Amino acid sequence: MSLNKLTIADARDALKKGDVTAVELTESCLSEIEGAGALNAYVHKTPEIALEQAKAADARIKSGDAPAMCGIPLGIKDLFATKGVATQAASNILDGFKPEYESTVTQNLWDAGAVMLGKLSMDEFAMGSSNETACYGPAVNPWKIDDRKLTPGGSSGGSAAAVAADLCLAATGTDTGGSIRQPAAFTGIVGIKPTYGRVSRWGVVAFASSLDQAGPMTKSVRDAAIMLGTMCSHDPKDSTSADIPVPDFEAALTGDIRGKKIGIPKEYRIEGMPAEIQKLWDEGIAMMKDAGAEIVDISLPHTKYALPAYYVVAPAEASSNLARYDGVRYGHRAKLAAGEGIVDMYEKTRAEGFGPEVQRRVMIGTYVLSAGFYDAYYNRARKVRALIKRDFEQVFAQGIDSILTPATPSAAFGLGEMDGADPVEMYMQDVFTVTVNLAGLPGVSVPCGLGSKGLPLGLQLIGRPWEEGDLLNHAHVLEQAAGFAAKPEKWW
Amino acid sequence: MSIDIDTARKVAHLARIRVPEDHLPELAQELSSILTFMEQLNEVDVEGVEPMTSVTPMRLKRRVDEVTDGGYPEKILKNAPDAREGFFAVPKVVE
Repeated sequence: MSLNKLTIADARDALKKGDVTAVELTESCLSEIEGAGALNAYVHKTPEIALEQAKAADARIKSGDAPAMCGIPLGIKDLFATKGVATQAASNILDGFKPEYESTVTQNLWDAGAVMLGKLSMDEFAMGSSNETACYGPAVNPWKIDDRKLTPGGSSGGSAAAVAADLCLAATGTDTGGSIRQPAAFTGIVGIKPTYGRVSRWGVVAFASSLDQAGPMTKSVRDAAIMLGTMCSHDPKDSTSADIPVPDFEAALTGDIRGKKIGIPKEYRIEGMPAEIQKLWDEGIAMMKDAGAEIVDISLPHTKYALPAYYVVAPAEASSNLARYDGVRYGHRAKLAAGEGIVDMYEKTRAEGFGPEVQRRVMIGTYVLSAGFYDAYYNRARKVRALIKRDFEQVFAQGIDSILTPATPSAAFGLGEMDGADPVEMYMQDVFTVTVNLAGLPGVSVPCGLGSKGLPLGLQLIGRPWEEGDLLNHAHVLEQAAGFAAKPEKWW
Repeated sequence: MSIDIDTARKVAHLARIRVPEDHLPELAQELSSILTFMEQLNEVDVEGVEPMTSVTPMRLKRRVDEVTDGGYPEKILKNAPDAREGFFAVPKVVE
């Protein structure tokens, strides 16, 4: 088997035994990346940094001091600030930006000896569900069933495509409304969004600060457990970072969920749900039952209002966060005509630098925060958000351990197929995932089968706050029972 | 609530995004359709509900009020489109 196809767990064990070196692993990924231009996943490649880090990792492994992630080649979403390496959030407004600092998450990974292969495409400022808002053009799903090119999902579409196509062993993603879990489901990989506050947001380009969390996108649940452990830390540079110990998530994967209570929320049986999604969900329920869990019908009554609440709160926070892109301190600045002043500079810079979806969300956010509308929209949305969170608290108080739902309302769709659609239609992609961000809970997407057309589909498990270990154990059981092992046939 | 062209123009200006006059009708229509979607929130009974302010209840950490960072203007200015003599340069603001 080619080394780039290894899981983190297998690579870790092979590195430890001396069967393989980090340089060999890295070279294998780099050569695979060179041949995968058609997927448009990597947008800034860093082979020199990768080989240098790999050599250092090999030396560290030899010395016997090697954490699990040591020597593991990773792709990094373009949203993470990486020192001296282009960091653009897939936006023209950050054209040429090379941070003078490193995000806490990537620093944690490098400190553990991981290797950076390059930066991965995404929707601009993580706003999108198809990777089509990227200034680099869309990343392409390695899964293909006809002559159409399919979306890898979004916003972490480049990360999903790279992991599914074995252009890295794993990748970082971020999730504000489903941006890790939806692309993971579209490409047949695992992705977890941890509890809000588990992972530092410092150095991650901000979209909606009360919803954003980073997490790993991997080939297996075990890999997600290993990599998440390295990404998490308490960070004084992020005031919402939780000062609680990070448990050994991998040790939680016992495979035993006997007697655990798994909730099935009736509100997630949405109108018009495709038969293949319903079937997958029913199969997942049966698998958890077979594993000894107790299946409990539950109600999360405010589910229906999660999307509209999200599309008030997220744009409101985005309009504030994105105010910093003014052409003064970094990135693009528009050329000014004679006599134009500073307001012209702001307005032209932002019109040229932001793509249409980002402009739309910044303006919606500006509107809902403006005088006279703040109470009607923003405050009301925050109250509904409190009710959505309370729905979850009530079912957890009833003794529910995790909640099983579909990850997405469909399989991957074709690039360009939603071009003429109302923006709200694309927002529906987040229908099953967005509640989790609003409530700050951990959620994981697990590949569970192929749909009627041969494309991967995923189920989502939602856990109690701070119980990522238990949640991953549930996901591990589901993964083992589903036995999803399909890989996309190489066409690129 | 539907957004008219004047409101769209005002919002674009508040957001400091230049929108050409002939794009305003389309923008107004797009924003209106998103706001219509949000109007579902009016169905929810929010009487007596406190707006959510923090995702996880936690007390913000405090630390001693002392300088812990800084002293590297060259790094701060490194990515600026126009920096001169240790400052960010912008078009004239005050006559």
